[in-house]
Amino acid sequence: MRRYIIRRIILAIPTIIGITLISFIVIHLAPGNPVDGMTMLDPKASSFELKQKLMAQYGLDSPIHKQYLNWVRRIINFDFGVSYRDGQKVMVKIAERAPITLFINGLSVLLILLIAIPIGAAGAVKCNGLFDRLTTIIVFIGFAFPGFWLALLLMSFFGIRLGWLPIQGIVSLDFDTLTMAGKAADIARHLALPVFVSCAGGIAGMSRYVRNSMLEVLRKDYIKMARAKGLKERDVIYKHALKNAILPVITILGLAVPGLIGGSVIFESVFGIPGMGRLFYESAMSRDYPVIMAVLVIGALLTLAGNILADIVYSLADPRVKYDK
Amino acid sequence: MLRSLKRYLARPLVFLAAFLLPCLFGCSLKSAGIDYAPDNLPANGDCLVTASIADPITLIPIVASDSVSHELCSLLYNGLVRYDKDLNIIGDLCLSWEMSRDGGEITFILRDGVKWHDGAPFTAEDVLFTYQSLIDPKTKTAYSGDFNRIESFRVINPYKIKISYYSPFAPALSSWTMPIIPRHILQNEDLSLTKFARQPVGTGAYKFVKWITGQQIILKANEDYFKKRPYIDYYIYRVIPDPSTMFLELQAGGIDFMGLSPLQYKRQTQNDYFRACFNKYSYSSSGYTYLGYNLRDIKFKDKRVRQALDLAVDKQSIIDGALLGLGRICTGPFLPGSWAYNKDIIPRPRDITAALRLLAQAGWSDTDGDGVIDKDGVDFEFCLLINQGNNLREYAAQMIQQQLKEAGIVMRIKPMEWSVLLGEFINKKKFEAVLMGWGLSPDPDCLDIWHSSKTREGEFNFISYKNEEVDYLFDQGRLIIDRPARARVYHRIHSILHEEQPYMFLWVEDSLPIIHKRFKNIKPSLSGIRHNFTEWYVPEEQQKYGPRQKVLL
Repeated sequence: MRRYIIRRIILAIPTIIGITLISFIVIHLAPGNPVDGMTMLDPKASSFELKQKLMAQYGLDSPIHKQYLNWVRRIINFDFGVSYRDGQKVMVKIAERAPITLFINGLSVLLILLIAIPIGAAGAVKCNGLFDRLTTIIVFIGFAFPGFWLALLLMSFFGIRLGWLPIQGIVSLDFDTLTMAGKAADIARHLALPVFVSCAGGIAGMSRYVRNSMLEVLRKDYIKMARAKGLKERDVIYKHALKNAILPVITILGLAVPGLIGGSVIFESVFGIPGMGRLFYESAMSRDYPVIMAVLVIGALLTLAGNILADIVYSLADPRVKYDK
Repeated sequence: MLRSLKRYLARPLVFLAAFLLPCLFGCSLKSAGIDYAPDNLPANGDCLVTASIADPITLIPIVASDSVSHELCSLLYNGLVRYDKDLNIIGDLCLSWEMSRDGGEITFILRDGVKWHDGAPFTAEDVLFTYQSLIDPKTKTAYSGDFNRIESFRVINPYKIKISYYSPFAPALSSWTMPIIPRHILQNEDLSLTKFARQPVGTGAYKFVKWITGQQIILKANEDYFKKRPYIDYYIYRVIPDPSTMFLELQAGGIDFMGLSPLQYKRQTQNDYFRACFNKYSYSSSGYTYLGYNLRDIKFKDKRVRQALDLAVDKQSIIDGALLGLGRICTGPFLPGSWAYNKDIIPRPRDITAALRLLAQAGWSDTDGDGVIDKDGVDFEFCLLINQGNNLREYAAQMIQQQLKEAGIVMRIKPMEWSVLLGEFINKKKFEAVLMGWGLSPDPDCLDIWHSSKTREGEFNFISYKNEEVDYLFDQGRLIIDRPARARVYHRIHSILHEEQPYMFLWVEDSLPIIHKRFKNIKPSLSGIRHNFTEWYVPEEQQKYGPRQKVLL
């Protein structure tokens, strides 16, 4: 197993180089550059010389392969450079933003699993029953709701009509004056709506996936065998069927990492949460190359790590899977 | 089992429904009907919460280029001079100034006793340092232009400065509205990397307290402010990236002050809650929207064609339709109501017949009867570029499209992302026409936009306008110090531009701020409502964030 993991990590290196190379080229070839956005709005603030000066100061006037090599040289020393937008260190910016995104996404994934697996399994067991039909309808509604619209509806209802929940940010203005319990409650109140919105689509998708997987497993011979042996229905469902039905879920989770960061853009913007999704969006809009590249590299690393982790968990969950041969 | 579950759930569900339904359909918004009496004594305290869609980029004013940064810097710093409510220049960090008769030299007498927020005294050395930073080639500033015209900068004593210009420069005084930065903190710092950008120290009415990235920035009243301590204790700037959420937050009471869109102003704030809790203001903004032609394009070279296009578009109907009436027709590039604006210029009323006549004189007429005018077998078709995400401009573009169609002109609309629009199309002059806007400063010198020497790639005269008289007048406008004489120069430029129509000047929209009613002493004027912000106050009994609430620190 250890040898497998090491091999996987070594094999990941060229993949990462490939990802960075393609991203770097695509971003730099994309129309627009960081300097245009900085200087164009103010007639007092723009001249040809000034733009040339800024391009030179950022090293954007050298050929793209040289820029890439410079960037790689710095990355090897874990130096992601400074943001073109505000001169802050890129790693500081990411360290400020990443925890909240990871926390919300982690919590969402946990909730998605906790809610979607029982719903999917129950739907499959009582296929076409009342519960199954009801959840099917709800799931389709869940799919059909655009995330930002759902977010605005919930904010309008819970935040303004009822005044129960805050609609913006992650802490209140008086956060610093609260007790520890008060702080925890304040954060929980702020996160209720964003977590709900980020879960809504996920639960819909995942519960369908579990339901189909479960239906497939329930048709397998070993389930019939278990029932024929006279095992209790509950044991058949939970011990035999469910365990096998959720195995593919592990793979899906491993692949979901980049999607999670991408999906964060919407709810982070709507709910004013200062996370990675918003950072990436803002950087892409202002062509802040160092930040864009850092987020991409981290995203690529997380995806590869997610994949490797999924494989490991897979082998732990399913003893038939062996990697060492 | 299902039946017993139903029995268990039935009662709570009925209660829940009984509670939720009135909320859904009948709840009135909280705090409606509170009486915010107008006549109370000024008092210190409370906090103004406002919002913007993005964090500021830096709080070093001489390198900041975004509006959020400038807004915060205006509370944290002072310039040597500033604009008053009627847009006259008055002293700020300087007590008085004297300009030589030819306008080539200014002597400033600075205030004694002004302190930086860290307690250090403000002196002429700080002004010298600010000037040196502005002209330093290593500084990533966009404002060096006006300061590069300085021939010598002499510090005569800690409170007296003499500045000489290579040639008389009329906008010289207004350039010293530039905020002054502290030498004692920044002299050995790299302005593009220094921590000062996020921990500023100024001389202004408010001191910096903290900046939580992507969430909020808190400023606190400066007790030692050299003029008078502002009444409002705290100024909180929240970052709310989504404009619809910002409006919801205003309704929820989370912010006190924001700029409304015309739709929000006219329709969404006409209810009892907003009437009870908020005051709305509207006044002419300092920016105009125009349709710019690429004058190198053969279609737009003829002045008669541009005049015909101007005749074919009814600006008032666009203002009424897209801005819901909240704006005014613009006829030239100067601030309406200011001394440089030529009041004699009357906008052309819509006249399709006259437009078609002018087009015919220029050789454009519908020879093949397809409803589109043509010349030498080519139809009059062009593409208008607009920036994506600006609904107002999208509506306006569609209305212009419709109106031009009646004159037999086909206009296609192409929205694109801002940075692409600038970098790939405007800078490289690869466009036929574009719908954009310019901000206006109180000083009318906009040579950079109209002078024929400013037509290189990336410069502001991207429409390639060339007119010798306009060039001469803009050059003169910088040299003449006497205001009435200078006004005549800009009035003439205004009438030439109206005649020549290098842009189809469209509208100046209104600024539409909304502010919670507890804030008193707001005095709208030519320069807006923020000019006397330090004199705003909330009567004690109406304060929302008081010591009792222990909000903030």
